[in-house]
Amino acid sequence: MSPNLRALLYLLAAAAFVVGLRRLSSPRTARGGNAIAAAGMLVAVLVTLIDSDVSWWVIGAGVALGALVGAVAALRVKMTAMPQMVAVFNGLGGLASALVAGAEYLRSDASTLPAETMVSIIVSVLIGSVAFTGSLVAFAKLQEIMRGAPITYPGQRAVNLAVALLALGLGTWAGITHDPLAFWVGGAVALALGILVVIPIGGADMPVVITLLNSLSGLAAAATGFVIDNSALIIAGALVGASGIILTNIMCRAMNRSWTGVLFGAFGGTAAATGPASGSARTANPDDVAIALAYSSQVLIVPGYGLAVAQAQHALRALSADLEKRGVRVAYGIHPVAGRMPGHMNVLLAEVDVPYRQLLDLEDSNALMARTDVVLVVGANDVVNPSARDDPASAIYGMPIIEADRARSTVIIKRSLAPGFAGIDNPLFYKEGTSMLFADARQALTDLATSLAAV
Amino acid sequence: MLDPVVIGVITFVLASFIGFEVITKVPTTLHTPLMSGSNAISGITVVGALIATGGGADTLATVLAFVAVATATINVVGGFLVTDRMLGMFHRPRRPDDEPGGGS
Repeated sequence: MSPNLRALLYLLAAAAFVVGLRRLSSPRTARGGNAIAAAGMLVAVLVTLIDSDVSWWVIGAGVALGALVGAVAALRVKMTAMPQMVAVFNGLGGLASALVAGAEYLRSDASTLPAETMVSIIVSVLIGSVAFTGSLVAFAKLQEIMRGAPITYPGQRAVNLAVALLALGLGTWAGITHDPLAFWVGGAVALALGILVVIPIGGADMPVVITLLNSLSGLAAAATGFVIDNSALIIAGALVGASGIILTNIMCRAMNRSWTGVLFGAFGGTAAATGPASGSARTANPDDVAIALAYSSQVLIVPGYGLAVAQAQHALRALSADLEKRGVRVAYGIHPVAGRMPGHMNVLLAEVDVPYRQLLDLEDSNALMARTDVVLVVGANDVVNPSARDDPASAIYGMPIIEADRARSTVIIKRSLAPGFAGIDNPLFYKEGTSMLFADARQALTDLATSLAAV
Repeated sequence: MLDPVVIGVITFVLASFIGFEVITKVPTTLHTPLMSGSNAISGITVVGALIATGGGADTLATVLAFVAVATATINVVGGFLVTDRMLGMFHRPRRPDDEPGGGS
């Protein structure tokens, strides 16, 4: 195959990735887009196999193993475990890029490598290694193999900074002197860096970590593209890098945090600023709530991760189906951090057959609020806390919220009045027009459906 | 004749801009499939892994290449499959009046 034809076929693959991502702009076209991107990948792989001097048995064994593990994982993973799975995949992508660069380094005589190739190899190894171990720690935290709470010690920032500089320094040294020891030690230090950077990050900040690692796995692939001078890798890596950065920004904005704050500062410490809100909460029973829901014309359900923890998605869907049969319009207001990764709650609800048009984002939910008769909050807390909007002393002040307090009435299903993850009291609980239904989410939703049948 | 690395940088910068343009149009509903799908796309590094299996009998390099092929394949196969599985769950309302909002 001529180098020109080869380059054009790699470009075709890269174009397929762009088209695939473009089609993710609507749920209607998204699945086809994913297939186009996969076809692009197949083209890139076939071109490589036809045109390169490869070792077939190594490839056969590697592909068989990888395809088996990948397929089994993809088909069996629970939707609630999607963040862990994406974290692992990010890590494996980073590892693969680092290994390709490492193998390239071993195969070449370092002293004859052009400076830019050497730089690309080092960048790929460093980024890929950080993405690999960082993702493994994120996985361990999400899978609850490790405690989700931040692991901190005095001088942590200084240590992390020193380790990062050491990795960069060793990489630079290896680039200048072609010292193999510096190269491999630099890679090992980068592996350690990935662990050190992620352990102080708490469970609630995990969405930001996953999106950032997503970006890094793309950038590692792009760096590998420079190593082997392949435009498909450079383009694909740039696309993924951009995607991860955009999602990181969205998550940071949704939590009102900066990504530097997430990476370098553990959450908490200011929660004491808010005293307990005054007043008493009104307790409702399922019958009252069922009547209120049945006579509404618009109901907005605000789900939080507590819904998934209680495995109450099916019960919620059943209740909303009953309401729709009665002519009540039902929509779901989904805060960007409702799940454990961007868009996670949407997938959990899609899994129980909620049509995607009922899944509203933050802006659309708030736009609907004035016409909403009942907001039903299930397993969520901080994302409906009006302090984030009204109380400059609150630790979550400035975080965009779903303004449930602007609806005609609010029903909150919750086990107790205990504050949410951020440890902040919620004035919405004590507001006129709010009633609390104290129960386990799944039990409460089942009870509501039973009561509704009797209305 | 331009240096290949310069062509690479040009490609990278332009592709990043395309990435920003395209990704900002993805609705929040699809952000999880976006992450798993883009993850599969970053598995393009499998191309590098395939090339790395050839050329030279360095044992350690062959081991690295084998692990790279396996992990990148997990990324590609697992990533595209799980994305397809998720996207298959998103469907339109069965009745037109399932639409939220709207006065009546």
